[in-house]
Amino acid sequence: MKSLRFLRGCFRIIVSGGRVYYASLFFLLVLVVWGALGYIGQLQDGLVVTNMRDSVSWGFYIGNFTFLVGVAAAAVMLVIPAYIYNWKQIREIVIFGEILAICAVIMCLSFIMVDIGHPLRFWHMLPLIGTMNFPSSILSWDFFVLSTYFLINIVVVTHLLYKQFYKKEYNKSFILPMVLLSIPAAIAIHTVTAFLYNALPARPFWNSALLAPRFLTTAFCSGPAILILLFQVLRKTTKFEIKDEVIFTIAELMVYAMFIYLFFTVSEFFKEFYSNTEHIVYWEYLLLGVERNREIAFYSWASIAMGFTAFLLFLIPKTRKNLFTLNIGAILIYFSVYLEKGITLIVPGFTPDTLGQYFFYVPSDTEIRTAVMIFSAGAILFTFISKIAIAILFEGFSIDSLKKKVSTT
Amino acid sequence: MQKKQKNSSRRDFLKKIPVVAAGTVAMASCSPEEWDDFLQQSFRTLSKEEKDAIIKNLEKKYTEKYGKPFTVSAEPATEGILFGYALDLSRCVGCRRCVYACVDENNQSRDPQVHWIQVLQMDKIKGIDLAHADVHYNPETVPEEGHFYMPVACQQCRNPQCTTVCPTKATYQDEDGIVVVDYDWCIGCRYCMAACPYGARHFNWGEPSIPEEDVNPATHYLGNRPRPKGVVEKCTFCIQRVRKGKYPACVEICPTGSRKFGNLLDPNSEIRYILENKRVLVFKEELNTQPKFYYFFGV
Repeated sequence: MKSLRFLRGCFRIIVSGGRVYYASLFFLLVLVVWGALGYIGQLQDGLVVTNMRDSVSWGFYIGNFTFLVGVAAAAVMLVIPAYIYNWKQIREIVIFGEILAICAVIMCLSFIMVDIGHPLRFWHMLPLIGTMNFPSSILSWDFFVLSTYFLINIVVVTHLLYKQFYKKEYNKSFILPMVLLSIPAAIAIHTVTAFLYNALPARPFWNSALLAPRFLTTAFCSGPAILILLFQVLRKTTKFEIKDEVIFTIAELMVYAMFIYLFFTVSEFFKEFYSNTEHIVYWEYLLLGVERNREIAFYSWASIAMGFTAFLLFLIPKTRKNLFTLNIGAILIYFSVYLEKGITLIVPGFTPDTLGQYFFYVPSDTEIRTAVMIFSAGAILFTFISKIAIAILFEGFSIDSLKKKVSTT
Repeated sequence: MQKKQKNSSRRDFLKKIPVVAAGTVAMASCSPEEWDDFLQQSFRTLSKEEKDAIIKNLEKKYTEKYGKPFTVSAEPATEGILFGYALDLSRCVGCRRCVYACVDENNQSRDPQVHWIQVLQMDKIKGIDLAHADVHYNPETVPEEGHFYMPVACQQCRNPQCTTVCPTKATYQDEDGIVVVDYDWCIGCRYCMAACPYGARHFNWGEPSIPEEDVNPATHYLGNRPRPKGVVEKCTFCIQRVRKGKYPACVEICPTGSRKFGNLLDPNSEIRYILENKRVLVFKEELNTQPKFYYFFGV
């Protein structure tokens, strides 16, 4: 009975909101439906409706998967500074970071599911019921670390919210080790995802030891960028308090990450262009394009420009300590990393292919619609869970409030 | 198949429970045969009876679909045989007859088009240089002045990257050295395609189509049987032929005799003669894939 009332209470929280809330929810729903109608075509005709072919056998879906692993990882890595600097809001940072991580992991798995030729055979790669190729296949490692990470986050978030709901102290000796465990797990999911591409001798473009470190630094840019924006929204609309100083400190940490990222990128460019081996072809396609095919080059320069601008905005104290320019920087770095992971990391690895042949890939309508479906559904999920968390944390949604309602009626 | 279900042990059944639960919603509207397909285990792990049942079922399905009697063999590897291949770069003229003989023999999809053999046209002055190689060459007659030709299919590596990365063990190297794919176990993740340095793996992006009159009804489970969409396929050295003692189709069709095939463990085989008496090379030897497919210069 209690749980039923809890669910009813949650439902009431989800459906209540202002005009802006309804409008954005409706907009997201429209996007989900529009995307799903595109995805149905892929279910019927197969992946032939994407623009992927034998030469470029992974594309936009796998790029989005990679990006979202970064988001999932970085949201939780924000716990490190919160713990070190002993910020008052560490509990909120943990909760919202991990809610973001949970949603991001669900979106990751959705991108894998839409990418594989036989989604219903997914169980073949599970242990016990299928034949998991462990430890040989990095994909099985990735699945293992992603699901572990997912479980840790679910347990931490539900425990914290559950205890708050029942007005009890949370079990610190249980939660603290879990949170501390989630940090190496966050690093692990992104490292293993980088290793997925990294150690394929067939693909020189990814065969660089800097790949995993680059993944971590970009994740440390994009994940906190979302949280910075989210905290400001929460601060305006709820009782959540976070001082500007904390936001500026997060931004400061992001500058370090951005600097290391830029440095890594310059190192890669130097090594490839100065040594000018046969492997230069991938980098030329990435930055210059081949003949008239400059789509990828356009995205990579856009990513570089946005990343560099964001770096300057975050570096200069005046613009870092101004919320307006700071937010512009956060949005720029988010999209910079999105383009880098989503498009310019995967596609040049396949262009030219292993026999030196060029196939110029850009995502098809179906791929874009399917991605929009997953992102919008993920955003809705994140909104709903966050709303419940906000109600429990700041708006007094608790077992008492439920009891009161029962007694008044 | 119905019988197989009843006979399966309780443990097997228990193993399947989570799968059944997970798939219930999606599979609610499916027929019993589709259920069996969905629950089928990896071919390698099945008992002889289970394999026989599956094969009988497949033969029936293909016979109905293509209107001619089909055979699906599950002929295993023979002990003492390790297949190897050699291709004479000095003789190949780039006519691509092997490409189309392979398509006919191995039931590759005609639309969308799948080719297991890619013939690279190279500049003589550049040597084996992929940055100057072209698979889409299309002159009136071959060979063209100043060029040589290098057909590439699966190199049947001793140290294959594709089987290492496969998350489900759907692709593996059999005892006679042939790297095969279990089309009913492959989930279509295409990790093997990212890992293969030779572009030897091909994906069925759409529903494969083969005209009824062109389909080859003599098939092998791990080879040329018609594939579903959404799985990866590749050269198997014509497993359906070589395990019966015949040559691969590309060897038979080659008008210049550039293609040689045999048992690497037999000291008197032609392939061993070539390895011992000609200068051979393997493609991308720096990647340590250790192919059993050799290129050589016969003249």
